[in-house]
Amino acid sequence: MKDVLILAIESSCDETAAAVTKNGRTILSNIISSQIDLHKLYGGVVPEIASRKHIEKINQVIEEALCEAGVTLKDIDAIGVTYGPGLVGALLVGVAEAKAIAYAAGLPLVGVHHIEGHVSANYIEHPDLEPPFLCLIVSGGHTHLVIVKDYGEFEILGRTHDDAAGEAFDKVARAIGLGYPGGPKIDRLSREGNSDAIAFPRAKIGDNPYDFSFSGVKSAVLNYLNQASMKGEEVNRADLAASFQKAVVDVLVEHTMQAARDYHMDKVAIAGGVASNGTLREAMSRACEKAGLKFYRPSPVYCTDNGAMIGVAAYYEYIKGTRHGWDLNAVPNLRLGER
Amino acid sequence: MKLLALDSSGMVASVAVLEDEVLLAEYTVNYKKTHSQTLLPMLDAASGMLELDLKTLDAIAVAAGPGSFTGLRIGCATAKGLGLALDKPLISVPTLEALAYNLYDTEGLICPLMDARRNQVYTGIYAFEQHKLKVVENQKAIAVAEMIEKLNERKTPVTFLGDGVPVYREQLEKGMRVPFSFAPAHLNRQRASAVAALAAEYWKQGKTESAREHRPEYLRMSQAERERMERERKKACL
Repeated sequence: MKDVLILAIESSCDETAAAVTKNGRTILSNIISSQIDLHKLYGGVVPEIASRKHIEKINQVIEEALCEAGVTLKDIDAIGVTYGPGLVGALLVGVAEAKAIAYAAGLPLVGVHHIEGHVSANYIEHPDLEPPFLCLIVSGGHTHLVIVKDYGEFEILGRTHDDAAGEAFDKVARAIGLGYPGGPKIDRLSREGNSDAIAFPRAKIGDNPYDFSFSGVKSAVLNYLNQASMKGEEVNRADLAASFQKAVVDVLVEHTMQAARDYHMDKVAIAGGVASNGTLREAMSRACEKAGLKFYRPSPVYCTDNGAMIGVAAYYEYIKGTRHGWDLNAVPNLRLGER
Repeated sequence: MKLLALDSSGMVASVAVLEDEVLLAEYTVNYKKTHSQTLLPMLDAASGMLELDLKTLDAIAVAAGPGSFTGLRIGCATAKGLGLALDKPLISVPTLEALAYNLYDTEGLICPLMDARRNQVYTGIYAFEQHKLKVVENQKAIAVAEMIEKLNERKTPVTFLGDGVPVYREQLEKGMRVPFSFAPAHLNRQRASAVAALAAEYWKQGKTESAREHRPEYLRMSQAERERMERERKKACL
Protein backbone atom coordinates (compact mmCIF):
# COMPACT_ATOMS: atom_id res chain seq x y z
CA MET A 1 0.00 0.00 0.00
CA LYS A 2 1.17 3.49 -0.78
CA ASP A 3 2.43 5.56 2.16
CA VAL A 4 0.07 8.21 3.51
CA LEU A 5 1.85 11.47 4.27
CA ILE A 6 0.11 14.22 6.19
CA LEU A 7 1.20 17.80 6.68
CA ALA A 8 -0.29 18.95 9.97
CA ILE A 9 -0.64 22.47 11.33
CA GLU A 10 -1.34 23.53 14.92
CA SER A 11 -1.86 27.09 16.16
CA SER A 12 -4.54 26.85 18.84
CA CYS A 13 -2.65 28.67 21.60
CA ASP A 14 0.92 29.93 21.88
CA GLU A 15 2.82 27.38 19.80
CA THR A 16 3.10 27.68 16.04
CA ALA A 17 3.70 24.13 14.93
CA ALA A 18 3.80 21.94 11.84
CA ALA A 19 4.76 18.34 11.22
CA VAL A 20 4.86 15.69 8.54
CA THR A 21 3.66 12.22 9.56
CA LYS A 22 3.80 8.94 7.65
CA ASN A 23 1.17 6.21 7.88
CA GLY A 24 -0.16 7.58 11.12
CA ARG A 25 2.50 7.03 13.72
CA THR A 26 5.81 7.76 12.07
CA ILE A 27 6.98 11.34 12.57
CA LEU A 28 9.11 12.65 9.71
CA SER A 29 9.38 16.13 11.18
CA ASN A 30 7.96 18.10 14.07
CA ILE A 31 8.69 21.83 14.16
CA ILE A 32 7.50 23.94 17.09
CA SER A 33 7.99 27.66 17.39
CA SER A 34 7.14 28.59 20.96
CA GLN A 35 6.04 32.08 21.96
CA ILE A 36 6.44 31.50 25.68
CA ASP A 37 9.09 34.18 26.19
CA LEU A 38 6.79 36.76 24.63
CA HIS A 39 3.88 35.93 26.91
CA LYS A 40 6.01 35.75 30.07
CA LEU A 41 5.94 39.55 30.09
CA TYR A 42 2.18 39.39 30.67
CA GLY A 43 2.01 36.43 33.04
CA GLY A 44 -0.03 34.40 30.59
CA VAL A 45 -0.98 33.98 26.96
CA VAL A 46 -2.29 37.18 25.35
CA PRO A 47 -4.59 36.10 22.49
CA GLU A 48 -3.92 39.05 20.17
CA ILE A 49 -0.16 38.75 20.58
CA ALA A 50 -0.35 35.00 20.00
CA SER A 51 -2.32 35.51 16.78
CA ARG A 52 0.15 38.09 15.51
CA LYS A 53 3.09 35.83 16.21
CA HIS A 54 1.43 32.89 14.46
CA ILE A 55 1.10 34.92 11.26
CA GLU A 56 4.75 35.89 11.39
CA LYS A 57 6.01 32.37 11.93
CA ILE A 58 3.61 30.05 10.18
CA ASN A 59 5.13 29.83 6.70
CA GLN A 60 8.62 29.35 8.06
CA VAL A 61 7.46 26.58 10.41
CA ILE A 62 5.61 24.76 7.60
CA GLU A 63 8.53 25.12 5.20
CA GLU A 64 10.91 23.73 7.82
CA ALA A 65 8.58 20.81 8.52
CA LEU A 66 8.51 19.90 4.81
CA CYS A 67 12.24 20.42 4.42
CA GLU A 68 13.21 18.38 7.47
CA ALA A 69 10.92 15.55 6.34
CA GLY A 70 12.66 15.69 2.96
CA VAL A 71 9.37 16.04 1.08
CA THR A 72 7.49 18.63 -0.96
CA LEU A 73 3.75 19.27 -1.11
CA LYS A 74 3.64 16.93 -4.12
CA ASP A 75 4.37 14.02 -1.78
CA ILE A 76 1.68 14.99 0.72
CA ASP A 77 -1.71 13.21 0.74
CA ALA A 78 -3.71 15.47 3.03
CA ILE A 79 -3.48 18.61 5.16
CA GLY A 80 -4.48 18.26 8.80
CA VAL A 81 -5.21 21.29 10.95
CA THR A 82 -6.43 22.02 14.47
CA TYR A 83 -9.73 23.89 14.22
CA GLY A 84 -10.73 23.85 17.89
CA PRO A 85 -10.87 24.16 20.78
CA GLY A 86 -8.51 27.04 21.50
CA LEU A 87 -8.10 30.78 21.05
CA VAL A 88 -10.23 31.76 18.08
CA GLY A 89 -7.81 34.30 16.59
CA ALA A 90 -4.91 31.89 16.96
CA LEU A 91 -6.84 28.97 15.49
CA LEU A 92 -7.94 31.08 12.51
CA VAL A 93 -4.37 31.61 11.37
CA GLY A 94 -3.69 27.88 11.10
CA VAL A 95 -7.11 27.16 9.62
CA ALA A 96 -6.88 29.86 6.91
CA GLU A 97 -3.32 28.85 6.07
CA ALA A 98 -4.14 25.12 5.94
CA LYS A 99 -7.20 25.68 3.76
CA ALA A 100 -5.25 27.83 1.30
CA ILE A 101 -2.43 25.28 1.04
CA ALA A 102 -4.86 22.37 0.62
CA TYR A 103 -6.85 24.32 -1.95
CA ALA A 104 -3.84 25.42 -4.00
CA ALA A 105 -2.16 22.02 -3.82
CA GLY A 106 -5.39 20.15 -4.62
CA LEU A 107 -5.27 18.16 -1.37
CA PRO A 108 -8.01 17.03 0.98
CA LEU A 109 -8.45 19.00 4.20
CA VAL A 110 -8.90 17.26 7.54
CA GLY A 111 -9.88 19.37 10.55
CA VAL A 112 -8.65 17.96 13.86
CA HIS A 113 -9.89 18.38 17.41
CA HIS A 114 -7.00 19.65 19.53
CA ILE A 115 -7.70 17.19 22.36
CA GLU A 116 -7.93 14.30 19.92
CA GLY A 117 -4.45 15.40 18.91
CA HIS A 118 -3.19 15.27 22.49
CA VAL A 119 -4.64 11.78 22.98
CA SER A 120 -3.06 10.67 19.70
CA ALA A 121 0.38 11.81 20.89
CA ASN A 122 0.43 8.51 22.78
CA TYR A 123 0.41 6.50 19.54
CA ILE A 124 3.71 7.98 18.40
CA GLU A 125 6.01 6.15 20.78
CA HIS A 126 3.77 3.21 21.66
CA PRO A 127 3.18 1.08 18.57
CA ASP A 128 1.24 -1.43 20.66
CA LEU A 129 -1.30 1.08 21.95
CA GLU A 130 -4.73 0.69 20.35
CA PRO A 131 -8.16 1.72 21.60
CA PRO A 132 -9.94 1.10 23.83
CA PHE A 133 -8.06 2.73 26.68
CA LEU A 134 -8.60 5.28 29.39
CA CYS A 135 -6.97 8.68 28.89
CA LEU A 136 -6.50 11.63 31.22
CA ILE A 137 -5.96 14.86 29.28
CA VAL A 138 -4.51 17.66 31.37
CA SER A 139 -3.29 21.00 30.08
CA GLY A 140 -3.55 24.73 30.64
CA GLY A 141 -6.97 24.78 29.02
CA HIS A 142 -8.34 21.28 29.49
CA THR A 143 -8.92 18.58 32.08
CA HIS A 144 -10.77 15.58 30.68
CA LEU A 145 -11.00 11.96 31.67
CA VAL A 146 -12.15 9.97 28.64
CA ILE A 147 -12.47 6.45 27.33
CA VAL A 148 -10.95 6.29 23.87
CA LYS A 149 -13.40 3.77 22.40
CA ASP A 150 -11.92 3.82 18.93
CA TYR A 151 -9.80 6.21 16.88
CA GLY A 152 -11.57 9.54 17.13
CA GLU A 153 -14.36 8.13 19.30
CA PHE A 154 -14.58 9.19 22.90
CA GLU A 155 -16.76 8.79 25.91
CA ILE A 156 -16.19 11.65 28.28
CA LEU A 157 -16.33 10.42 31.87
CA GLY A 158 -15.21 13.53 33.69
CA ARG A 159 -14.15 17.10 33.18
CA THR A 160 -13.27 20.10 35.31
CA HIS A 161 -16.02 22.29 36.70
CA ASP A 162 -13.82 25.36 36.91
CA ASP A 163 -10.07 25.79 36.37
CA ALA A 164 -8.12 23.40 34.19
CA ALA A 165 -5.31 21.66 36.07
CA GLY A 166 -2.63 23.61 34.21
CA GLU A 167 -4.49 26.85 34.86
CA ALA A 168 -4.37 26.17 38.62
CA PHE A 169 -0.62 25.57 38.32
CA ASP A 170 -0.20 28.89 36.50
CA LYS A 171 -2.25 30.83 39.05
CA VAL A 172 -0.47 29.35 42.05
CA ALA A 173 2.91 29.89 40.40
CA ARG A 174 2.03 33.55 39.89
CA ALA A 175 0.90 33.88 43.52
CA ILE A 176 4.23 32.62 44.83
CA GLY A 177 6.20 34.68 42.37
CA LEU A 178 7.40 31.92 40.06
CA GLY A 179 5.99 33.44 36.88
CA TYR A 180 4.64 31.89 33.71
CA PRO A 181 4.39 29.06 32.71
CA GLY A 182 3.66 27.68 36.16
CA GLY A 183 3.66 23.92 35.62
CA PRO A 184 7.36 23.23 35.04
CA LYS A 185 8.36 25.83 37.66
CA ILE A 186 6.20 24.33 40.40
CA ASP A 187 7.34 20.86 39.44
CA ARG A 188 11.00 21.89 39.81
CA LEU A 189 10.53 23.77 43.08
CA SER A 190 8.48 20.89 44.52
CA ARG A 191 11.51 18.63 44.34
CA GLU A 192 13.03 20.64 47.20
CA GLY A 193 9.88 20.67 49.30
CA ASN A 194 7.85 18.40 51.54
CA SER A 195 4.57 17.47 49.90
CA ASP A 196 2.98 16.60 53.26
CA ALA A 197 3.87 19.93 54.87
CA ILE A 198 0.52 21.62 54.22
CA ALA A 199 -2.83 19.85 53.95
CA PHE A 200 -4.72 21.32 50.99
CA PRO A 201 -8.25 20.11 50.19
CA ARG A 202 -8.96 17.42 47.58
CA ALA A 203 -12.32 18.46 46.19
CA LYS A 204 -15.03 15.99 45.30
CA ILE A 205 -17.61 17.36 42.94
CA GLY A 206 -21.31 16.54 43.04
CA ASP A 207 -22.49 13.15 41.84
CA ASN A 208 -19.89 12.44 39.21
CA PRO A 209 -16.87 10.72 40.77
CA TYR A 210 -14.76 11.49 37.70
CA ASP A 211 -15.24 15.24 37.54
CA PHE A 212 -12.62 17.66 38.77
CA SER A 213 -12.46 21.02 40.51
CA PHE A 214 -9.25 22.90 41.06
CA SER A 215 -10.48 26.33 42.10
CA GLY A 216 -10.85 25.13 45.71
CA VAL A 217 -7.27 24.05 46.11
CA LYS A 218 -6.11 27.18 44.31
CA SER A 219 -8.13 29.37 46.72
CA ALA A 220 -6.78 27.40 49.67
CA VAL A 221 -3.26 28.19 48.52
CA LEU A 222 -4.10 31.88 48.13
CA ASN A 223 -5.74 31.95 51.60
CA TYR A 224 -2.72 30.24 53.09
CA LEU A 225 -0.46 32.88 51.57
CA ASN A 226 -2.70 35.70 52.80
CA GLN A 227 -2.85 34.40 56.34
CA ALA A 228 0.89 33.90 56.46
CA SER A 229 1.49 37.41 55.22
CA MET A 230 -0.95 38.87 57.79
CA LYS A 231 0.80 37.03 60.57
CA GLY A 232 4.12 38.14 59.16
CA GLU A 233 5.22 34.53 58.73
CA GLU A 234 7.59 33.46 56.03
CA VAL A 235 6.21 30.86 53.63
CA ASN A 236 8.33 27.92 52.62
CA ARG A 237 7.61 28.13 48.91
CA ALA A 238 9.02 24.71 48.13
CA ASP A 239 6.79 23.05 50.74
CA LEU A 240 3.81 25.00 49.47
CA ALA A 241 4.50 24.10 45.84
CA ALA A 242 5.01 20.45 46.70
CA SER A 243 1.87 20.27 48.84
CA PHE A 244 -0.25 22.03 46.22
CA GLN A 245 1.09 19.82 43.46
CA LYS A 246 0.42 16.71 45.49
CA ALA A 247 -3.17 17.80 46.12
CA VAL A 248 -3.74 18.20 42.36
CA VAL A 249 -1.88 15.03 41.35
CA ASP A 250 -3.63 12.93 44.01
CA VAL A 251 -7.03 13.85 42.63
CA LEU A 252 -5.98 13.29 39.00
CA VAL A 253 -4.59 9.85 39.83
CA GLU A 254 -7.45 8.82 42.13
CA HIS A 255 -10.18 9.68 39.64
CA THR A 256 -8.31 7.96 36.84
CA MET A 257 -7.84 4.80 38.89
CA GLN A 258 -11.47 4.86 39.97
CA ALA A 259 -12.57 5.07 36.33
CA ALA A 260 -10.17 2.30 35.29
CA ARG A 261 -11.70 0.01 37.92
CA ASP A 262 -15.30 0.96 37.16
CA TYR A 263 -14.91 0.56 33.40
CA HIS A 264 -12.53 -2.42 33.52
CA MET A 265 -9.84 -0.66 31.56
CA ASP A 266 -6.45 -2.35 31.38
CA LYS A 267 -4.62 0.51 29.65
CA VAL A 268 -4.24 4.04 30.98
CA ALA A 269 -2.69 6.98 29.12
CA ILE A 270 -2.07 10.61 29.96
CA ALA A 271 -1.81 13.52 27.53
CA GLY A 272 -1.58 17.31 27.35
CA GLY A 273 0.94 19.84 28.61
CA VAL A 274 0.55 18.86 32.29
CA ALA A 275 1.27 15.23 31.32
CA SER A 276 4.92 16.24 31.23
CA ASN A 277 4.75 17.00 34.97
CA GLY A 278 7.25 14.68 36.62
CA THR A 279 5.23 14.13 39.78
CA LEU A 280 2.08 13.24 37.85
CA ARG A 281 3.99 10.83 35.60
CA GLU A 282 5.58 9.08 38.57
CA ALA A 283 2.39 8.92 40.63
CA MET A 284 0.28 7.64 37.73
CA SER A 285 2.93 5.12 36.79
CA ARG A 286 3.11 3.78 40.37
CA ALA A 287 -0.69 3.61 40.68
CA CYS A 288 -0.99 1.76 37.37
CA GLU A 289 1.71 -0.69 38.32
CA LYS A 290 0.02 -1.37 41.64
CA ALA A 291 -3.30 -1.97 39.90
CA GLY A 292 -1.74 -4.13 37.19
CA LEU A 293 -2.56 -1.67 34.40
CA LYS A 294 -0.40 -0.80 31.45
CA PHE A 295 0.60 2.88 31.57
CA TYR A 296 1.33 5.07 28.54
CA ARG A 297 2.60 8.63 28.35
CA PRO A 298 4.14 10.67 25.55
CA SER A 299 7.62 12.16 25.78
CA PRO A 300 7.47 15.79 26.96
CA VAL A 301 7.96 17.13 23.41
CA TYR A 302 4.71 15.40 22.40
CA CYS A 303 2.89 16.56 25.54
CA THR A 304 3.26 20.21 24.67
CA ASP A 305 1.19 21.53 21.74
CA ASN A 306 2.77 20.18 18.57
CA GLY A 307 2.02 19.36 14.97
CA ALA A 308 2.98 15.68 15.12
CA MET A 309 0.06 14.77 17.38
CA ILE A 310 -2.31 16.62 15.02
CA GLY A 311 -0.82 14.69 12.10
CA VAL A 312 -1.42 11.37 13.87
CA ALA A 313 -5.02 12.29 14.70
CA ALA A 314 -5.54 13.60 11.15
CA TYR A 315 -4.32 10.28 9.73
CA TYR A 316 -6.95 8.26 11.58
CA GLU A 317 -9.62 10.78 10.60
CA TYR A 318 -8.37 10.72 7.01
CA ILE A 319 -8.57 6.92 6.62
CA LYS A 320 -12.01 7.06 8.21
CA GLY A 321 -13.06 9.47 5.45
CA THR A 322 -13.30 12.74 7.40
CA ARG A 323 -13.00 15.68 4.99
CA HIS A 324 -13.68 19.35 5.62
CA GLY A 325 -14.81 21.97 3.14
CA TRP A 326 -13.28 25.31 2.18
CA ASP A 327 -15.69 26.95 4.61
CA LEU A 328 -14.05 25.26 7.60
CA ASN A 329 -14.11 27.72 10.47
CA ALA A 330 -12.24 27.86 13.77
CA VAL A 331 -14.47 26.58 16.59
CA PRO A 332 -13.06 27.85 19.90
CA ASN A 333 -15.33 25.61 22.02
CA LEU A 334 -15.40 22.56 19.76
CA ARG A 335 -16.65 19.51 21.62
CA LEU A 336 -14.66 16.32 21.70
CA GLY A 337 -15.96 13.84 19.13
CA GLU A 338 -17.71 16.58 17.12
CA ARG A 339 -16.85 16.82 13.41
CA MET B 1 0.54 39.09 -16.05
CA LYS B 2 -2.11 37.42 -13.93
CA LEU B 3 -2.96 38.40 -10.37
CA LEU B 4 -5.24 37.11 -7.66
CA ALA B 5 -6.32 39.72 -5.11
CA LEU B 6 -7.96 39.32 -1.71
CA ASP B 7 -9.47 41.85 0.66
CA SER B 8 -10.93 40.81 4.01
CA SER B 9 -9.88 43.87 5.99
CA GLY B 10 -13.39 44.92 6.96
CA MET B 11 -16.93 43.59 6.77
CA VAL B 12 -16.50 43.06 3.02
CA ALA B 13 -14.96 39.88 1.68
CA SER B 14 -13.70 40.31 -1.85
CA VAL B 15 -11.78 38.22 -4.36
CA ALA B 16 -10.63 39.30 -7.82
CA VAL B 17 -8.62 37.90 -10.70
CA LEU B 18 -6.94 40.33 -13.05
CA GLU B 19 -5.05 39.61 -16.26
CA ASP B 20 -3.04 42.46 -17.77
CA GLU B 21 -5.53 45.31 -18.22
CA VAL B 22 -8.63 43.15 -17.79
CA LEU B 23 -10.60 42.19 -14.70
CA LEU B 24 -11.58 38.55 -15.26
CA ALA B 25 -13.64 38.09 -12.12
CA GLU B 26 -14.62 39.83 -8.96
CA TYR B 27 -16.71 38.41 -6.15
CA THR B 28 -17.61 40.83 -3.36
CA VAL B 29 -19.85 40.13 -0.41
CA ASN B 30 -20.72 42.57 2.34
CA TYR B 31 -22.30 40.35 4.94
CA LYS B 32 -21.69 39.55 8.58
CA LYS B 33 -20.53 35.95 7.96
CA THR B 34 -16.95 35.39 9.06
CA HIS B 35 -14.31 35.62 6.34
CA SER B 36 -13.08 32.24 7.41
CA GLN B 37 -16.30 30.81 5.98
CA THR B 38 -16.56 33.06 2.92
CA LEU B 39 -13.18 33.95 1.49
CA LEU B 40 -11.93 30.59 0.24
CA PRO B 41 -15.35 29.39 -1.03
CA MET B 42 -15.56 32.70 -2.94
CA LEU B 43 -12.13 32.14 -4.45
CA ASP B 44 -13.18 28.60 -5.33
CA ALA B 45 -16.35 29.88 -7.02
CA ALA B 46 -14.51 32.60 -8.95
CA SER B 47 -11.74 30.34 -10.15
CA GLY B 48 -14.26 27.65 -11.01
CA MET B 49 -16.12 30.10 -13.26
CA LEU B 50 -12.83 31.09 -14.89
CA GLU B 51 -11.52 27.52 -15.12
CA LEU B 52 -8.50 29.14 -13.55
CA ASP B 53 -5.34 27.14 -13.13
CA LEU B 54 -3.84 28.73 -10.03
CA LYS B 55 -0.37 27.81 -11.26
CA THR B 56 -0.74 30.41 -14.02
CA LEU B 57 -0.91 33.24 -11.47
CA ASP B 58 2.13 35.50 -11.26
CA ALA B 59 1.43 36.81 -7.77
CA ILE B 60 -1.13 37.04 -5.00
CA ALA B 61 -2.12 40.50 -3.85
CA VAL B 62 -3.68 41.13 -0.48
CA ALA B 63 -5.09 44.14 1.34
CA ALA B 64 -2.51 44.18 4.09
CA GLY B 65 -4.08 46.57 6.54
CA PRO B 66 -5.18 48.40 8.44
CA GLY B 67 -8.48 46.78 9.28
CA SER B 68 -10.07 44.28 11.61
CA PHE B 69 -7.17 42.35 13.15
CA THR B 70 -8.85 39.01 12.64
CA GLY B 71 -10.06 39.86 9.15
CA LEU B 72 -6.58 40.95 8.12
CA ARG B 73 -5.09 37.73 9.41
CA ILE B 74 -7.59 35.56 7.55
CA GLY B 75 -6.73 37.32 4.28
CA CYS B 76 -3.05 37.31 5.12
CA ALA B 77 -2.90 33.61 6.09
CA THR B 78 -4.90 32.73 2.98
CA ALA B 79 -2.48 34.67 0.77
CA LYS B 80 0.53 33.19 2.58
CA GLY B 81 -0.83 29.66 2.21
CA LEU B 82 -1.51 30.18 -1.50
CA GLY B 83 1.92 31.73 -1.96
CA LEU B 84 3.59 28.84 -0.16
CA ALA B 85 1.75 26.13 -2.07
CA LEU B 86 2.09 27.80 -5.47
CA ASP B 87 5.57 29.19 -4.84
CA LYS B 88 4.44 32.67 -5.90
CA PRO B 89 5.29 36.09 -4.47
CA LEU B 90 2.83 38.26 -2.59
CA ILE B 91 2.00 41.90 -3.19
CA SER B 92 1.09 43.78 -0.04
CA VAL B 93 -1.34 46.63 -0.74
CA PRO B 94 -2.22 49.12 2.03
CA THR B 95 -5.98 48.85 2.57
CA LEU B 96 -6.60 52.59 2.44
CA GLU B 97 -4.64 53.03 -0.78
CA ALA B 98 -6.75 50.31 -2.37
CA LEU B 99 -9.91 52.04 -1.13
CA ALA B 100 -8.73 55.35 -2.59
CA TYR B 101 -7.97 53.58 -5.88
CA ASN B 102 -11.71 52.86 -6.19
CA LEU B 103 -12.00 56.56 -7.05
CA TYR B 104 -9.49 56.67 -9.88
CA ASP B 105 -8.74 60.15 -11.24
CA THR B 106 -11.21 61.81 -8.90
CA GLU B 107 -10.62 65.55 -8.65
CA GLY B 108 -9.55 66.95 -5.30
CA LEU B 109 -8.72 64.81 -2.32
CA ILE B 110 -9.87 61.31 -1.47
CA CYS B 111 -10.35 60.40 2.15
CA PRO B 112 -11.19 56.78 2.97
CA LEU B 113 -12.50 56.28 6.49
CA MET B 114 -12.56 52.87 8.14
CA ASP B 115 -14.23 52.53 11.49
CA ALA B 116 -11.43 51.62 13.89
CA ARG B 117 -13.59 51.62 17.07
CA ARG B 118 -12.35 53.38 20.21
CA ASN B 119 -13.51 56.66 18.59
CA GLN B 120 -10.92 56.43 15.86
CA VAL B 121 -10.80 55.86 12.15
CA TYR B 122 -8.15 54.33 9.98
CA THR B 123 -7.68 57.01 7.40
CA GLY B 124 -5.31 58.79 5.05
CA ILE B 125 -5.44 61.47 2.35
CA TYR B 126 -4.95 60.59 -1.30
CA ALA B 127 -5.05 62.38 -4.64
CA PHE B 128 -4.53 61.54 -8.29
CA GLU B 129 -1.74 63.36 -10.07
CA GLN B 130 -1.12 62.63 -13.74
CA HIS B 131 -3.38 59.56 -13.35
CA LYS B 132 -1.24 58.13 -10.55
CA LEU B 133 -2.33 57.63 -6.97
CA LYS B 134 -0.42 59.96 -4.68
CA VAL B 135 -0.30 59.49 -0.91
CA VAL B 136 -0.86 62.96 0.55
CA GLU B 137 -1.07 61.77 4.16
CA ASN B 138 -0.09 58.23 5.03
CA GLN B 139 -2.61 55.87 6.61
CA LYS B 140 -2.98 56.06 10.36
CA ALA B 141 -5.43 55.60 13.21
CA ILE B 142 -6.75 58.98 14.45
CA ALA B 143 -9.94 60.61 15.72
CA VAL B 144 -12.25 61.69 12.91
CA ALA B 145 -12.22 65.24 14.29
CA GLU B 146 -8.49 65.40 13.70
CA MET B 147 -8.95 64.30 10.10
CA ILE B 148 -11.69 66.89 9.56
CA GLU B 149 -9.29 69.57 10.77
CA LYS B 150 -6.53 68.40 8.44
CA LEU B 151 -8.91 68.42 5.47
CA ASN B 152 -10.27 71.87 6.31
CA GLU B 153 -6.71 73.21 6.39
CA ARG B 154 -6.09 71.90 2.88
CA LYS B 155 -9.00 73.93 1.42
CA THR B 156 -9.57 71.36 -1.32
CA PRO B 157 -12.80 69.44 -2.09
CA VAL B 158 -12.90 65.95 -0.63
CA THR B 159 -14.60 62.67 -1.49
CA PHE B 160 -15.21 60.32 1.43
CA LEU B 161 -15.70 56.59 1.32
CA GLY B 162 -15.42 53.55 3.55
CA ASP B 163 -17.37 51.94 6.38
CA GLY B 164 -16.48 54.87 8.65
CA VAL B 165 -18.77 57.15 6.63
CA PRO B 166 -22.12 55.92 8.05
CA VAL B 167 -20.61 55.95 11.55
CA TYR B 168 -19.30 59.55 11.36
CA ARG B 169 -21.55 61.10 8.69
CA GLU B 170 -23.16 63.58 11.06
CA GLN B 171 -19.82 64.71 12.43
CA LEU B 172 -18.45 65.15 8.90
CA GLU B 173 -21.47 67.15 7.79
CA LYS B 174 -21.14 69.42 10.81
CA GLY B 175 -17.38 69.84 10.77
CA MET B 176 -16.37 70.05 7.11
CA ARG B 177 -15.85 73.62 5.83
CA VAL B 178 -14.65 72.62 2.35
CA PRO B 179 -16.90 71.06 -0.29
CA PHE B 180 -17.23 67.31 0.17
CA SER B 181 -19.16 64.36 -1.15
CA PHE B 182 -19.63 60.68 -0.49
CA ALA B 183 -18.77 57.95 -2.99
CA PRO B 184 -21.73 55.90 -4.24
CA ALA B 185 -22.51 52.29 -3.29
CA HIS B 186 -20.57 50.57 -6.08
CA LEU B 187 -17.34 52.36 -5.07
CA ASN B 188 -17.57 53.05 -1.36
CA ARG B 189 -16.26 49.82 0.18
CA GLN B 190 -13.27 47.52 -0.18
CA ARG B 191 -13.08 45.85 -3.56
CA ALA B 192 -10.48 43.28 -4.50
CA SER B 193 -10.51 44.61 -8.07
CA ALA B 194 -8.99 47.86 -6.77
CA VAL B 195 -6.44 45.87 -4.76
CA ALA B 196 -5.59 43.97 -7.94
CA ALA B 197 -5.33 47.05 -10.16
CA LEU B 198 -3.09 48.82 -7.67
CA ALA B 199 -1.06 45.65 -7.14
CA ALA B 200 -0.43 45.56 -10.89
CA GLU B 201 1.25 48.97 -10.50
CA TYR B 202 3.30 47.65 -7.57
CA TRP B 203 4.28 44.63 -9.69
CA LYS B 204 5.64 46.93 -12.40
CA GLN B 205 7.73 48.66 -9.74
CA GLY B 206 9.02 45.32 -8.48
CA LYS B 207 7.31 45.77 -5.11
CA THR B 208 6.69 42.15 -4.17
CA GLU B 209 7.57 40.11 -1.11
CA SER B 210 7.85 36.45 -0.24
CA ALA B 211 4.89 34.61 1.27
CA ARG B 212 7.11 33.82 4.24
CA GLU B 213 7.94 37.43 5.12
CA HIS B 214 4.54 38.96 4.47
CA ARG B 215 2.60 40.15 7.51
CA PRO B 216 -0.31 42.52 8.09
CA GLU B 217 0.08 46.20 8.89
CA TYR B 218 -2.19 46.68 11.91
CA LEU B 219 -1.31 50.34 12.61
CA ARG B 220 -2.03 49.55 16.23
CA MET B 221 -0.44 47.61 19.01
CA SER B 222 -2.44 44.99 20.84
CA GLN B 223 -4.28 46.21 23.91
CA ALA B 224 -1.98 44.23 26.23
CA GLU B 225 1.13 45.78 24.67
CA ARG B 226 -0.37 49.26 24.86
CA GLU B 227 -1.24 48.85 28.52
CA ARG B 228 2.17 47.43 29.34
CA MET B 229 3.94 50.35 27.67
CA GLU B 230 1.67 52.76 29.49
CA ARG B 231 2.54 51.12 32.83
CA GLU B 232 6.23 51.27 32.03
CA ARG B 233 5.98 54.88 30.94
CA LYS B 234 4.29 55.80 34.24
CA LYS B 235 6.88 53.84 36.18
CA ALA B 236 9.64 55.80 34.42
CA CYS B 237 8.01 59.06 35.58
CA LEU B 238 8.18 58.14 39.25
